[in-house]
Amino acid sequence: MVELSREAKIEMLRRMLRIRIFDEVASELQAKGEIPGPLHTSIGQEAEVVGACMALSRQDYMTGNHRSHGHPIGKGAPLGPLMAELLGKETGVCKGRGGSMHLADFAIGSLGESGIVGAGMPIATGAALSAKLRGTDQVALTFFGDGASNTGPFHESLNLAAIWKLPVIFLCENNGYAVVTRASDMVAVENIADRATAYAIPGEVVDGQNVLSVHEATSRAVKRAQSGAGPTLLDVRTYRYRDHAEFGKMGDSVASYRSKEEVEAARKRDPIEMFAKILIEGEVLDEDGVASVRAQVISEVDEAVDFARASAFPDVSTAFDFLFVDAVAPRH
Amino acid sequence: MSSILSDEVHQDSSNSTVKQTFLEATVATIVEEMRADPTVFTMGQDIRGGVYGAYPLAEFGERVRSLPISEAANVGAAIGSAMTGMRPVLDMTIATFLYSAMDQIVNQAAKSRFLFGGQARLPLVIRCTMFYGSSQAAHHNDRAYAMFMHVPGLKIVVPSSPVNAKGLMRAAIRSNDPVLVFEDSTLWGTRGDVPVDPDFIIPLGEAEIRQRGSDVTVIGIGQSLRTVDQALKLLGKDGISIEVIDPRSLCPFDWKTVLASVDKTRRVVVVDNGPMTCGVAGEILATVAEHFHGRLLAPPKRVTAPDMHLAFSPQLEKALLPSREAVAEAIKSTFEYRGKEI
Repeated sequence: MVELSREAKIEMLRRMLRIRIFDEVASELQAKGEIPGPLHTSIGQEAEVVGACMALSRQDYMTGNHRSHGHPIGKGAPLGPLMAELLGKETGVCKGRGGSMHLADFAIGSLGESGIVGAGMPIATGAALSAKLRGTDQVALTFFGDGASNTGPFHESLNLAAIWKLPVIFLCENNGYAVVTRASDMVAVENIADRATAYAIPGEVVDGQNVLSVHEATSRAVKRAQSGAGPTLLDVRTYRYRDHAEFGKMGDSVASYRSKEEVEAARKRDPIEMFAKILIEGEVLDEDGVASVRAQVISEVDEAVDFARASAFPDVSTAFDFLFVDAVAPRH
Repeated sequence: MSSILSDEVHQDSSNSTVKQTFLEATVATIVEEMRADPTVFTMGQDIRGGVYGAYPLAEFGERVRSLPISEAANVGAAIGSAMTGMRPVLDMTIATFLYSAMDQIVNQAAKSRFLFGGQARLPLVIRCTMFYGSSQAAHHNDRAYAMFMHVPGLKIVVPSSPVNAKGLMRAAIRSNDPVLVFEDSTLWGTRGDVPVDPDFIIPLGEAEIRQRGSDVTVIGIGQSLRTVDQALKLLGKDGISIEVIDPRSLCPFDWKTVLASVDKTRRVVVVDNGPMTCGVAGEILATVAEHFHGRLLAPPKRVTAPDMHLAFSPQLEKALLPSREAVAEAIKSTFEYRGKEI
């Protein structure tokens, strides 16, 4: 077991609540039209994100995917610039250029989320290669979904990381669905973890609703990576409460693809409620203490919204910024 | 291939040069940059086997990395390492293999800096070689640079000689942005005098005026400049004063030099071995037309390959690439044009 301090456990709760409340508020803003574009929430998946991120150090690298808000929040990014990014503001973490699917906060090791399924895996593999060549003990963790485990870059990255024994953790956020299609219909193996066998690396099924289990498994993978033994594939079972994406004014475009009973059953294992119970039973916090963390997070998210709303949109005169480092004016 | 750095050096104090082939100059530059900067490293399929140029393996150890045949992961690994402080030179070997990594090149390498609001730096070089004119057939013989010119965020160079290969490769490695280097297999063996100065560089976006003239501006891309040279010989001393320009870099593109030349000559011919539609030649002619509408002395002309795949059979392959005769005829007819009869 990895020993976690009281502060670390409270921080886990705080970050899970940040993800939950941030995404709840973002969904409301999106429905009202304040946030343009689609939105993919991590509600229900908070434990796997936070358990993994808290097994990393600030200087460790992370890449992710379209369901992107949770990852930088889990790794400790401040909420204001993230919310401002969703609103398309100049103070956004990506200056309003990337939006919901492309959050990145290099200051905390977040090398970027991606709107292309599977695309973050080779990049994390490269960040791990860089750490190895530079002789640091940094690791790289890449979040991807069950659907991404069918892409070429998944298999190419696992093989490359395995032959070079790179310090990468491949963390599959297996929520059972790619958009509205069941993983069991699309993935040839029973467990995505089984795919590790093909690359002679460890593959492990993890309870993604238990933040401590995810933290434990990720910490083992980090240790293995830092020892020079190479990558690990974690098949982390989780569940998203909401549909694939919020489409706002486009309406609910998803047909019924799962039963109410299935969603209700999943909600009975709510990662935040389960962890709050563990904290209370372990006398880390009492109920008031949990409520107080929740209240703090609510006001943090409110402040983030205020910050985002008060910020300006990028000036159109900056539309050509950020193409190159060594300036070349785009033709127009 | 022979040793890359110990070739005969002509000492003339200020500007020492060495006779090197295009490929030797390219690899020598990568080696020099690896010596000068510990963050530079190179990866490629079969690279340690020296199939496309030999590296001093003992000296560089794991900074010369042979890759599995996993193009998307190869490019992605270069991107991830570039984002985190390294300067990878990725040898994709054959240019058509870029297609297997299209998402990583177009969606990731080209867009990451922009999408992340300037947080990412991608000092990344992707080398690739176009194997046409040697019966490799259509899975190897594309001249695909124009396809990538359509993608904002990528810098693109097409060296036409050993000296350009050297200067442009150094600029590519020292660039802080992704650079695609399109090499031409038919030029790899050509020899020329190459400066030994370890800082010799050709800045990206600087065209070379290979020959000055006042009647017709002829612009050639990469290997097609050899066809242009042959066409000039055919034309002989025909009384046409021809200015020949090698843009060298397609992005950034040296519009200033090209437009200044056409401003002088008012006649332009572009020669390119790539297909015609949405090609480099079309882009140059469109820009020339926008700038000089009504002031050109003849219709702007392009000599390119047609919108067709190149065949395996040598006669068929050769037939579709711009010939010296076609280039000579284009220059001559452009010069002799005396207005269209209405």
